[in-house]
Amino acid sequence: MKGRVLVVDDDTALAEMLGIVLRGEGFEPSFVADGDKALAAFREAKPDLVLLDLMLPGRDGIEVCRLIRAESGVPIVMLTAKSDTVDVVVGLESGADDYIVKPFKPKELVARIRARLRRSEEPAPEQLAIGDLVIDVAGHSVKREGQSIALTPLEFDLLVALARKPWQVFTREVLLEQVWGYRHAADTRLVNVHVQRLRSKVEKDPEKPEIVVTVRGVGYKAGPS
Amino acid sequence: MSGDSAASGSGRSGDRPERPVGRTSRGRFRWGRPREGGLLRGEVQGSPVIRLFVRWVRRPLLPVMRLWRRNIQLKVVVTTLLMSLGVVLLLGFVVIGQVRNGLLDAKVKASQSQATGGFAVAKQQADEAASGTGEDTSAVDGRSSQSVIQWMSDLVESLSSGGQGAFDVVTLPMGDESGGGRGPRASGHVDPAESVPGNLRDRIDSGTGAAQRYTRIVYSNGVDSQPGLVIGKQVNDPNGDPYQLYYLFPLTQEEKSLSLVKGTLATAGLFVVVLLGAIAWLVVRQVVTPVRMAAGIAERLSAGRLQERMKVTGEDDIARLGEAFNKMAQNLQLKINQLEDLSRMQRRFVSDVSHELRTPLTTVRMAADVIHEAREDFDPVTARSAELLADQIDRFESLLSDLLEISRFDAGAAALEAEPVDLRTVVRRVVGGAEPLAERKGTRIKVVGDQQPVVAEVDARRVERVLRNLVVNAVEHGDGKDVVVKLAVAGGAVAIAVRDYGVGLKPGEATRVFSRFWRADPARARTTGGTGLGLSIALEDARLHGGWLQAWGEPGGGSQFRLTLPRTADEPLRGSPIPLEPRDSRRNRGLDDAGAPHGGGAGEKRATLPAPPADTEGSARSARDPLGPLSAAATPTADPTALPGNGSRVVSRPAAGAPPRGEPAGPAAGDAAPAGAGTDAGAGGPSGTGDVDELDEPDELDGLDGLDDVDGLEGLDGLGDRRGETSRGR
Repeated sequence: MKGRVLVVDDDTALAEMLGIVLRGEGFEPSFVADGDKALAAFREAKPDLVLLDLMLPGRDGIEVCRLIRAESGVPIVMLTAKSDTVDVVVGLESGADDYIVKPFKPKELVARIRARLRRSEEPAPEQLAIGDLVIDVAGHSVKREGQSIALTPLEFDLLVALARKPWQVFTREVLLEQVWGYRHAADTRLVNVHVQRLRSKVEKDPEKPEIVVTVRGVGYKAGPS
Repeated sequence: MSGDSAASGSGRSGDRPERPVGRTSRGRFRWGRPREGGLLRGEVQGSPVIRLFVRWVRRPLLPVMRLWRRNIQLKVVVTTLLMSLGVVLLLGFVVIGQVRNGLLDAKVKASQSQATGGFAVAKQQADEAASGTGEDTSAVDGRSSQSVIQWMSDLVESLSSGGQGAFDVVTLPMGDESGGGRGPRASGHVDPAESVPGNLRDRIDSGTGAAQRYTRIVYSNGVDSQPGLVIGKQVNDPNGDPYQLYYLFPLTQEEKSLSLVKGTLATAGLFVVVLLGAIAWLVVRQVVTPVRMAAGIAERLSAGRLQERMKVTGEDDIARLGEAFNKMAQNLQLKINQLEDLSRMQRRFVSDVSHELRTPLTTVRMAADVIHEAREDFDPVTARSAELLADQIDRFESLLSDLLEISRFDAGAAALEAEPVDLRTVVRRVVGGAEPLAERKGTRIKVVGDQQPVVAEVDARRVERVLRNLVVNAVEHGDGKDVVVKLAVAGGAVAIAVRDYGVGLKPGEATRVFSRFWRADPARARTTGGTGLGLSIALEDARLHGGWLQAWGEPGGGSQFRLTLPRTADEPLRGSPIPLEPRDSRRNRGLDDAGAPHGGGAGEKRATLPAPPADTEGSARSARDPLGPLSAAATPTADPTALPGNGSRVVSRPAAGAPPRGEPAGPAAGDAAPAGAGTDAGAGGPSGTGDVDELDEPDELDGLDGLDDVDGLEGLDGLGDRRGETSRGR
């Protein structure tokens, strides 16, 4: 499986170790150690996935994440030493798709990377409707009244997962499994933050969501179309 | 501005009492009712009426009394008014007394000299008349009396004419005699009989000296009576017969002067009192306003608005108070800010350390994993080293993350993310996660009480962590016996209890298990290699929820850890739906466990092997023999109603009559002493004095017990237990 991974980390030992592990798993890693140079390296390397350390010299990880996200929907996985609520949520809100807390096992990291990359390998011609949105699954586009809405791949996956079974209420755990590819329950904040991000893009009024509806105490479901 | 503050102040103190007053009076009414009824029916008729009246009078007074108690300004002003009123009254009386004395002394002296002169004139005229008519006297008696009458009328006229209305003259006959033409005579329409007091007449009758009295002079022509001075004397008429001659001096003038003085004094006094009151009000307000301001600002300070300060003007004591107050507030603010900074720094430090430690650890961990993966290619020594390396890095990692978690709690950086969660899903997840370990240990994990949803506002991640810890601990220390996870809801609380039947806890350990790095038995090998921080973190997690995490255990009888959480965040807990001490504890089963290790062993054996009751009975008794009669009383017999709810355990129950005897210790962990000898009291006691606020909780448990945890119980303990519980609960 091809996969160019950009590792943005200032710790050379860790970066080297990551390189060893990633190469061992068949990825093509490239490295950048400075936050200021990260964007240039990103443009140059055109990676399929970015592994981003939050604490960087120069521009910090959150800022880098925001800049990358501004020009690309490429999956971003944060490496963070802080599992504290605020750091994780800020990272997710700045556009990261997933995060992994140090110290992690190599297998865990690889599993996350695979889960993020897997998505782009299954194009199936399918047309879905959710609320007043039309989703072209194969073409990776979401349109409201002909106007297309830009979503990151992860947000797109989340929306598709909900739209495929509009009758079902998805718990956060189920969404974690289906969209993020977690085997066992992980941090449900991932779901909360990304649902908020998704809503801010697809809802007419994010305060009164009609596309992604919260079912209190259970989870989320697709709004009536 | 000051006026405003005063007004708001009084308004506040007027408003506030309203509610309490209403409450107290209502409360009083409620309390008074039955007593009143009893009185009306049985005893004195009048007293309730009086009481009603008193209450009726008191009720409108209560707000006033409340205001009086609370308002120092009112107190000072009223006191000042009362005291100055007293002083003014005293002064007035003294002044008036002196003025009256002064006025009257002069008048009396003048009157006395006037009267003396008058009496002399009367005597002289009588003597003259007597010498002038001396020869006729014997000749014509009737005529002489005739002339005496005339003479006296003339006398009265001549005497009174000298005063020109300044006084009147009255003559009265001696004693009771009224004949002889010497009837009462008076000048100036004075009513003689009314104006001269009787006791003065008696006095004049009995002696020849002059005497005086104050009286009211009554007039016969309709003029208003007026105060006056009467001076009287016995005088002889020309015939030598005595009669009474009175001089009446009206004191109208003096009275007018006196009332003028009185009026002036009263007016002045009133002014003084009112002015004093006003002054007191002003003065007190000067003091009270800053005090009230200080009180208000102190309230705001304590509400967290640390930048509040008093306005200070001048250099007087009030200003000093203000300055001191401000200094205090400033120091407080400083200290609080310092502490906040410290806490922030601590958090920052933890976060930095976390990052700094974790990054190299990640590298090490990955390297170790890579080496571990490739260990088959190594020689045995290196391969084993690689395994050890990987294992110890795991351990190091969990230790580090636990330490960081604890320090996050210590820094107050832990935040609760509560949302409604069905705890059954959490429990199922935890139990599912613990299954592999349980299988290895040969333990079965049962979940009880999960028929209906158990929803509470909790942080699912934290609750799951707590439960995972409890369940893994239970499995680990359960000696391969069953572990029961029980859920229950009642009132505003949910509870999850994890019960094991393993080694249990020694006396005093029920609270120490939550201490950091505490180990039940240092010599004991750890199979899963906990960090020693798990329960401390669990306790902090429970506290963060406003909940309780408590432990109960008996040596050899297993232990129970109970997590109680409020159903909605921020709601205080008042009790737990599950009793801390399980129903199948030795004490609740009526067993005497003074000989715990042996008895416990026998009991457990009996529990796992459904052997014939008689046999086990014998072995149990022999094991507990040293206790003699005590154990004999409590010796259990097989209870047919004790259905083994969990299928494998036959819990021996006391005979039908036994529960009351076995129960006196009751569910209250604190009073476990009498029946449960040393060990049991020890096991129960510490949990009662635990660090969570659980001291008052066992009492409330009973109330909650009856609510709705029945389902859970029946599944677990069967009918017999339920009955035992009810008899205990009542």
